[in-house]
Amino acid sequence: MKPGHGDVLLAEGNPGVAEEEERLVEEFRRQLDLGMWAAVPTTSGSRQEAVMVRDFSEVPPDAEQVVFFPRAAGG
Amino acid sequence: MLRGRRRREHIPRYDPGRDRRAERKARELMRSIVSEHEFAMYEELGFISVDGDGGEGGYAYLLYPHRPIVAYATETGELLNEYCVTFRDSGEPELEERLPPADDVLAKWMALRGGERELIATANMHIPGRQLDPAQVRRDLRLLEGWTARRR
Repeated sequence: MKPGHGDVLLAEGNPGVAEEEERLVEEFRRQLDLGMWAAVPTTSGSRQEAVMVRDFSEVPPDAEQVVFFPRAAGG
Repeated sequence: MLRGRRRREHIPRYDPGRDRRAERKARELMRSIVSEHEFAMYEELGFISVDGDGGEGGYAYLLYPHRPIVAYATETGELLNEYCVTFRDSGEPELEERLPPADDVLAKWMALRGGERELIATANMHIPGRQLDPAQVRRDLRLLEGWTARRR
């Protein structure tokens, strides 16, 4: 998520392919270094959920997307 | 003679077309992530109600775009707290810019779903009425009740 733009595609690839996974990990780390939070939308039964992840290894293997958004701060 | 240097203030350019496009994209992302019920709630009422930890019953949160999160008791409608929280992009040169409204609500939704305690601990907590008019919030709760009943 980007101010003034909505969501922007940062990277895509198959984590099962070493080269593509490397690119995804790199982008994941870059976003966290920029101070972003990462969330993975999930489904639990009929309920829509989200999991916050701090490391690429925490991304569920069946995740379709990781959404990065600016870190929360007290307003 | 000493001269003071005026610091040029950064004023983001206003582009209503860009804001509309960004909000449209943000709503599409929201639609792909939250439930159909929650998306319809945002489209029709302008906010989303999310149950607190522990599922239905107890308490819930009202998520408004760019406004504090309001916790309320689901049984009585009593307003419990306001949680002031912002999502600012520190990597974004135009620091004054905010997320599109739907993205702001979705960020709150994901942060609450994925880590309610962490988000609430980050927010500044106030008693109800600090930023949002409690009468307006109560009207929104009544609206929500009627809207939910009509959808059943």
